[in-house]
Amino acid sequence: MALPTRKFDAVIVGAGGAGMRASLQLAEAGLKVAVLSKVFPTRSHTVAAQGGIGAALGNMGEDSWLWHMYDTIKGSDYLGDQDAIEFLCRMAPQAVIELEHFGMPFDRNEDGTVYQRPFGGHSQNFGERPVQRSCCAADRTGHAMLHTLYQRNVRANTLFFVEWMALDLIRDASGQVLGVTAMEMETGEVWIFHARATLFATGGAGRIYSASTNAFINTGDGLGMAARAGIPLEDMEFWQFHPTGVAGAGVLITEGVRGEGGYLLNKDGERFMERYAPTMKDLASRDVVSRAMATEIKEGRGAGKEADHILLKLDHLGLDVIEKRLPGIREIAKKFANVDPVKDPIPVVPTCHYQMGGVPTNYHGEVVAPANGNPNTVVPGFYAAGECACASVHGANRLGTNSLTDLLVFGRASGESVIRFLKENPGHKDLPVDAGDYSMQRIARLDGQTGGESVFEVGAEMRRTMQAHCGVFRFPDMLQSGVQKIKAVAERAKRTEIKDKSKTFNTARVEALELDNLIEVAVATLVSADARQESRGAHDRADFAKRDDVNWLKHTLWYRDGSRLDYKPVNLKPMTAQTFEPKVRSY
Amino acid sequence: MTNPDPDRSLDRIRWRCRRGLLELDLILARFLEGGFERLTPAQQETFSGLLGRADTDLWDLVSGRSHSADQAEEALLDTLRRVGTV
Ligand SMILES: Cc1cc2nc3c(=O)[nH]c(=O)nc-3n(C[C@H](O)[C@H](O)[C@H](O)COP(=O)(O)OP(=O)(O)OC[C@H]3O[C@@H](n4cnc5c(N)ncnc54)[C@H](O)[C@@H]3O)c2cc1C
Repeated sequence: MALPTRKFDAVIVGAGGAGMRASLQLAEAGLKVAVLSKVFPTRSHTVAAQGGIGAALGNMGEDSWLWHMYDTIKGSDYLGDQDAIEFLCRMAPQAVIELEHFGMPFDRNEDGTVYQRPFGGHSQNFGERPVQRSCCAADRTGHAMLHTLYQRNVRANTLFFVEWMALDLIRDASGQVLGVTAMEMETGEVWIFHARATLFATGGAGRIYSASTNAFINTGDGLGMAARAGIPLEDMEFWQFHPTGVAGAGVLITEGVRGEGGYLLNKDGERFMERYAPTMKDLASRDVVSRAMATEIKEGRGAGKEADHILLKLDHLGLDVIEKRLPGIREIAKKFANVDPVKDPIPVVPTCHYQMGGVPTNYHGEVVAPANGNPNTVVPGFYAAGECACASVHGANRLGTNSLTDLLVFGRASGESVIRFLKENPGHKDLPVDAGDYSMQRIARLDGQTGGESVFEVGAEMRRTMQAHCGVFRFPDMLQSGVQKIKAVAERAKRTEIKDKSKTFNTARVEALELDNLIEVAVATLVSADARQESRGAHDRADFAKRDDVNWLKHTLWYRDGSRLDYKPVNLKPMTAQTFEPKVRSY
Repeated sequence: MTNPDPDRSLDRIRWRCRRGLLELDLILARFLEGGFERLTPAQQETFSGLLGRADTDLWDLVSGRSHSADQAEEALLDTLRRVGTV
């Protein structure tokens, strides 16, 4: 069936920090660029980021990109690609200064330079002492970043398609990517966005877990689309669990609370982090703290009737400090935990927060996949940046503030790569005749389904399965049975039914299509986790407690077809610096 | 039977309750389930107006850290502030 078609030089799916940084690069180069977003751009999930942007500006004391690079590689538990990490850390200061010139209202020092705050895992001189490296705009860094980039994009004539949902990638017989199909929510119509280059910046998929700090919008659409188009997903077993999500609700309690002197207690009132991380205690790296909390709960020292959470104590800080230095925390605790932290501790649990894996790219933001004996062969016309991409700079565990850096650096870099590609490849290639068929078949299946499954129930079963079988701690029997279970859930997801078949603003249809994406991510995660027989960063196995560099210093690649796995080497060779050899990680 | 919502304004509003902040997702979802359909058309319009605000501003309003100068908004916010989430 021939679908209505629009033509662009480039189409970008996603209007968060990564998408809008990339589109700006393209629009300012005079290219015709379309940006699609499910929601108004400034309502993208980037708005939630409070902590800041990591960059070795050295405004608060000596700092260097090489130290930032060391911290990032160590944080990644040596799974990060060292060329990409060098690129990230070298480009970070420039990316922040550029954003400042775009009008980002950063907090400032008295001498007018950008103020930088401390953040876990960032150090001076290769781990010697903490360094202040995070650039922020009060507790509104993500919000300020989105607004700054949006204004700038409007000025540069970026074309925004708001409340449009991309459905599938279009590839021709050679494998080149020629755009996407997308549904306008207002009318329910499906269009082809025919583009010379296509960039995914669709963010994370944290909603595969029941306990998640992520907003409902994070459904991994880019990953689902890529997987359906035959692109592998990289390192999907690595999910960061933030230590302090409000129990039951998921809402994030910032690390700042522990930075200001708050600490964690088990049911006996013991400050247990002293046992697990004697030096850094409650401020050790996220995976370390989450693991300690999960151990306390597992061993029966959790608090509450169900012994299922940990207590975050901050009443000793006093009303003044809580109100002044931790704005908003009191409201969150009252609203979502029914406690006033001025008097009582907040119930918290390790909560799914960030997806380290994603669509495989190199540090130019070009999507790569194995072909002709090269694991990193560029997929022509296809780019990815931000949380949906895996460059891989975060490896097995991301450092706080490095995601926003990633959005800016790789948003820009992928934009530059698109510009180069378009210069070398003038004109649109012809679309395959069946370009829109796959998406239309998926929608026809959904509309025609009778006696099918409820989207809500299948989604809930997926989230429960992920939470129980693939959480902070991973046990061999649970992983194995989890793989079977999630595959069964995926079968059910093929038979989802919606009662409302109308075209105009049919949110039930949108949610069913989102579930199609989430389920790909969930299967990829469980299958990849079951196969990786070691513990590294966020992936922690009871039966293989140690990191195993001999057998597992490699990236996982999951293919949707047959749920097949492949692996590729970690790039240990930086661009110019010397290799940081894997060492035991301690904080 | 006539369609009670021919231009799907409810669905449109439902979708615009999808936010960048989980805090708002949780509260607005509860509100949609519970109180939304009982609102008068004028109140629905006020609600729709609130959804046009930036996430951070809307959260400040809903969590009571700030207040609206508009009476109708403030009245509706009062209801939103009482939405139970625990
Ligand atoms: C509570 C919280 C606090 C955080 N704080 C920090 C911090 O302080 N520092 C830090 O570095 N990181 C932080 N992070 C992580 C960081 O915010 C995210 O990783 C980052 O913002 C992701 O940005 P993005 O541009 O990749 O995607 P997003 O901002 O998530 O944007 C995704 C975009 O894709 C669009 N989209 C998705 N699917 C489709 C589709 N099918 N069709 C059309 N459009 C689509 C969406 O509409 C949206 O515009 C935090 C995360 C959370 C949850």
